Amino acid sequence: MSEQKIRVLIAKPGLDGHDRGAKVIARALRDDGMEVIYTGLRQTPEMISEAALQEDVNVIGLSILSGAHNALIPQVMKKLQENGQQNVLVFLGGIIPEDDIQDMLNQGVYKVYGPGTDTRQVCKDIREAVLAKLAE
Amino acid sequence: MSEIEKLRKGSRIALSRVLSQVENGTETGKLALNELFPFTGKAHKIGITGPPGSGKSTLVNALAHKLRKLEGEPRVAIIAVDPTSPFTGGAILGDRVRMLDLQSDPGIFIRSMASRGALGGLSSQTEAFSQVFDAAGYEYVLIETVGAGQSEVDIVNLAHTTVVVDVPGLGDDIQSIKAGILEIADILVVNKADLPGADLSVRYLKTMIEMGYRPLASSAGKHRLGETTANNLSSTVEDSESLWLPPIIKTIARDATGVDELVEEVLKHKNYLIQTGKWQSKEILTLRELVRKQIASNLIQNFYDQVPEDLLEEQIKLVVERNITPAAAAEILLAYNQKRNNSHLSE
Repeated sequence: MSEQKIRVLIAKPGLDGHDRGAKVIARALRDDGMEVIYTGLRQTPEMISEAALQEDVNVIGLSILSGAHNALIPQVMKKLQENGQQNVLVFLGGIIPEDDIQDMLNQGVYKVYGPGTDTRQVCKDIREAVLAKLAE
Repeated sequence: MSEIEKLRKGSRIALSRVLSQVENGTETGKLALNELFPFTGKAHKIGITGPPGSGKSTLVNALAHKLRKLEGEPRVAIIAVDPTSPFTGGAILGDRVRMLDLQSDPGIFIRSMASRGALGGLSSQTEAFSQVFDAAGYEYVLIETVGAGQSEVDIVNLAHTTVVVDVPGLGDDIQSIKAGILEIADILVVNKADLPGADLSVRYLKTMIEMGYRPLASSAGKHRLGETTANNLSSTVEDSESLWLPPIIKTIARDATGVDELVEEVLKHKNYLIQTGKWQSKEILTLRELVRKQIASNLIQNFYDQVPEDLLEEQIKLVVERNITPAAAAEILLAYNQKRNNSHLSE
């Protein structure tokens, strides 16, 4: 019988056009044995929560380099709430200023990663978080 | 209300969760399938297959748009299968990237699926997914296979209508007469028809079909095969042979060129299946195959549950040392289990 796999949605909300980081992370998670649904550039909060709903993912990984995280993250979190997807863990990566990190966590983001993060650390964090969530 | 009732009432989140349970083969998933099965058998299952990069996802996107515009605004489910890495068990499921503009339509549900080790172009649970969507009231279920080469033909056992997507420049007429993926097509599409060589591809495919259906082609006399066959469909249905000749359609999926024609052929094929009774016989074939697969997997499971580990290892060692063949080892092990079962019965 098939085992349970960790499913992750990787998306880039907003308008910045650099998706290399998102692709590197997608590849790293794949190599760690996860199923990664890659949705790519220019996603709205509605599109992200809808894709997460249809794919029944454990984790959403968002990459934002544009500085629009203060506007976008609250909208994503609100959409997830509205759809009853509180179980989904949200990870954020990209260019997030130190000063904003705490605010992102307060919004309900599980973890924030900056440039130079070791992808193995991300894989490890995701595994641990998902296991803890499933055990709840 | 149970998840199943919610699903039947149209809850998308319940649908999504049931799909996960089914995919992971949990007890809940099995029970869900038991409950849902009586409601299945209505959806038109359409398979889309073809080589990697031929534009399957983009074509599915365009096709889903057009199907939604049909009378009654039928709901459309999309199952998009991508390969699982044989080394890590992970997968990148990237078909959604080509379907972003479908996401805002609540009448469309897209679910990506990793093949999880299955080799026929689908996952072992793809059939089960199609049942869930069917029971949830989706009139069309589009199933996109992994990028297929020559022998990933499982889709033909699952879909009512199989669309094979080809692109210009992939090979000559020898490729087109080989066995495998091209001969499973109910509809042939030459996508990216704005690329050079598109007409040549159409010609190769036409030749292939002419060879395959020669008796009919000669009896029909002036009957020219390929794109004109669809117009002659009404007469061929009345033939005692009642043959369906796969039409060849040129498309440019990116801007939906030719997709109206594709929808037309899909609907024609459905009518053809129903009129000739083949819808029913395909259904029987599909279900028979499902029962067969289930028996095979149960038998294998039973075998491994029963056979003593040390006996198994002992036989494998003999094979490794080239003392006996793998076939002989299998026979010894099967005979052992057989004998054990017999003695159980006589007790």
